[in-house]
Amino acid sequence: MTVESTAARKPRRSSGTKRAAAGASTRKSADSAAAAAQSAEPQLVQLLTPEGERVENAQNAEFLPYVSDITAEDLRGLYRDMVLTRRFDGEATALQRQGELGLWASLLGQEAAQIGSGRALREDDYVFPTYREHGVAWCRDVDPTNLLGMFRGVNHGGWDPTVNNFHLYTIVIGSQTLHATGYAMGVAKDGADSAVIAYFGDGASSQGDVNEAFTFSAVYNAPVVFFCQNNQWAISEPTERQMRVPLYQRAAGFGFPGVRVDGNDVLACLAVTRWALERARRGDGPTLVEAFTYRMGAHTTSDDPTRYRRDEERAAWEAKDPIERLKAHLLASGDADEEFFAALEAESEQLGKRVREVVRAMPDPDTMAIFENVYADGHALVDEERAQFAAYLASFEEGH
Amino acid sequence: MTVEKMSIAKALNESLRKALETDPKVLIMGEDVGKLGGVFRITDGLQKDFGEERVIDTPLAESGIVGTAIGLALRGYRPVVEIQFDGFVFPAYDQIVTQLAKMHARALGKVKMPVVIRIPYAGGIGAVEHHSESPEALFAHVPGLKVVSPSTPSDAYWMLQQAIQSDDPVIFFEPKRRYWDKGEVDVEAIPGALHEARVALAGTDITLAAYGPMVKVCLEAAAAAAEEGKSVEVVDLRSMSPIDFDGLQRSVEKTRRLVVVHEAPVFLGVGSEIAARITERCFYHLEAPVLRVGGFHAPYPPARLEDEYLPGLDRVLDAVDRSLAF
Repeated sequence: MTVESTAARKPRRSSGTKRAAAGASTRKSADSAAAAAQSAEPQLVQLLTPEGERVENAQNAEFLPYVSDITAEDLRGLYRDMVLTRRFDGEATALQRQGELGLWASLLGQEAAQIGSGRALREDDYVFPTYREHGVAWCRDVDPTNLLGMFRGVNHGGWDPTVNNFHLYTIVIGSQTLHATGYAMGVAKDGADSAVIAYFGDGASSQGDVNEAFTFSAVYNAPVVFFCQNNQWAISEPTERQMRVPLYQRAAGFGFPGVRVDGNDVLACLAVTRWALERARRGDGPTLVEAFTYRMGAHTTSDDPTRYRRDEERAAWEAKDPIERLKAHLLASGDADEEFFAALEAESEQLGKRVREVVRAMPDPDTMAIFENVYADGHALVDEERAQFAAYLASFEEGH
Repeated sequence: MTVEKMSIAKALNESLRKALETDPKVLIMGEDVGKLGGVFRITDGLQKDFGEERVIDTPLAESGIVGTAIGLALRGYRPVVEIQFDGFVFPAYDQIVTQLAKMHARALGKVKMPVVIRIPYAGGIGAVEHHSESPEALFAHVPGLKVVSPSTPSDAYWMLQQAIQSDDPVIFFEPKRRYWDKGEVDVEAIPGALHEARVALAGTDITLAAYGPMVKVCLEAAAAAAEEGKSVEVVDLRSMSPIDFDGLQRSVEKTRRLVVVHEAPVFLGVGSEIAARITERCFYHLEAPVLRVGGFHAPYPPARLEDEYLPGLDRVLDAVDRSLAF
């Protein structure tokens, strides 16, 4: 069923009263059409069921070869990445509750989407994240404690993006998809076979910038993968408030493929992202990957999901937990033993301890940092204000 | 010394050509900049000579143009973006203000944003709505951006060179009604700094400060005032961020009077900042309050009212008289 086919959307010309009534019925029908479109969920690309069983079917056949090289050790590595990322995330949430961070955007529930896609990347690929890609940052070897500076309020991004090819977190929703597209246009101009990946959420897909990024990347055949983590909620607004057709289908309108992958299946995310990256490297242009997942916690520590969503919904998604399903698989297949899990638990404890220590020891920046790096080439007004403020501060010293 | 007489439009074209020749990382991007050569033909012939990979026709999406330019800059390119008209920059305002202006600071200086955004601006060509605005104060107010506007062919040529070479984002406002004004350009001269004000005409009784399209009006006003025995100094600010307050202060300390002239609305405009700062710096030198002449707090009017809206000779001379009467 397509939205366009619903008869109720046709405008009706009649008396005022009838028009009002028709308007109301149109709205109602539009909502139900949207709900229908959403509920008619297309099959996900899935390689690992929630119970931890490997599956092969028509839906995933194209993507299976992209993980045929994955060994038991690789699987344990993916599991470790997810566990440590979750631990880091949980630690950061706790630190926010303890007043050590001003805000935290938790990725709880989205570990598979981030680790699967992050581990698909090559060193020379370039990542444009939102503010929630802590798992992708982990895959890029960005020290996780560096991610906390902006949330503690000591900087706006605590790492050099060129070192790990991992750009700074972008707060303005969807802006980075255009940066990724421009960067990818540059990669193509350089004749390099690197790829670029842009992360964003279901809410961001409503933004003009994301749609302009789709347009530009298609027109210039830019080697970029748009990796949308559809976590079902944009703060309190469900996906029905963002779109009336399944998100991945939008790509077709821009002239490139879109795929919906089980975002809680790390193996499927790895396979589909590798496939999309290969398309980019080959010169086949952009791809939209919609990782169908769920944000288990709040949007940020500032909101309260109990005000806008039901407990049953969360419970249903808990049964699809990305970490638990890989653990079930590792145990059933014998690819990991209790010793492995125990060692990982110990490593996890160590990471948590380090994160706590580093955050608490994080110094406030020097006051005069306000004036640093405003301009690369300098600016007379900044120089003047810096000198004035330094003199003002110095006047207190002289008073003693 | 290689001096040529050319229009501002030609000077900008030559400047872009030189930049493309000199640095393979320089790109031209915008709507209709390729085959058409831009609606004002500033990029005329550049795509023919440098190809579609260097002179890029873009989709009609201003945010997309600036947003992808940011990405290209991150990749090591130096994009020179054309926004077709002043009033069309606002779809890109978010990218300019929240991203372009702050990227260097957010990255603690680790990345640079050498992006130039060329905007044909201001009125006087009888255009329709959104084609004649002067939004320079909106950009000058944003830390991280540099905002400049040339008034002569020589400055058009050199300031654009300097803007492209700058590692900071530069909003480059081109006075569209002066595109066809001609003047001498020495393409081998070594120019002063991008932000330095220029004394366009020396005088002793009063200083007129202006930039872009209003410099010519001020010079005409100065000539008319001279017939009445008044010696007017005209300072071409050239840059609205930063503003060369040292240069302006020198002029005001000499003439002891200042009138700031621009097309943009007076309220909270560039002139307001100049009035405040010059009052702070020159309080004991001033014989009169700093006066401002400019547009009204009203939408840019239909073309048939432009002559009333834009500051002309009479409004500038009236302000000169008011200042001298103190």
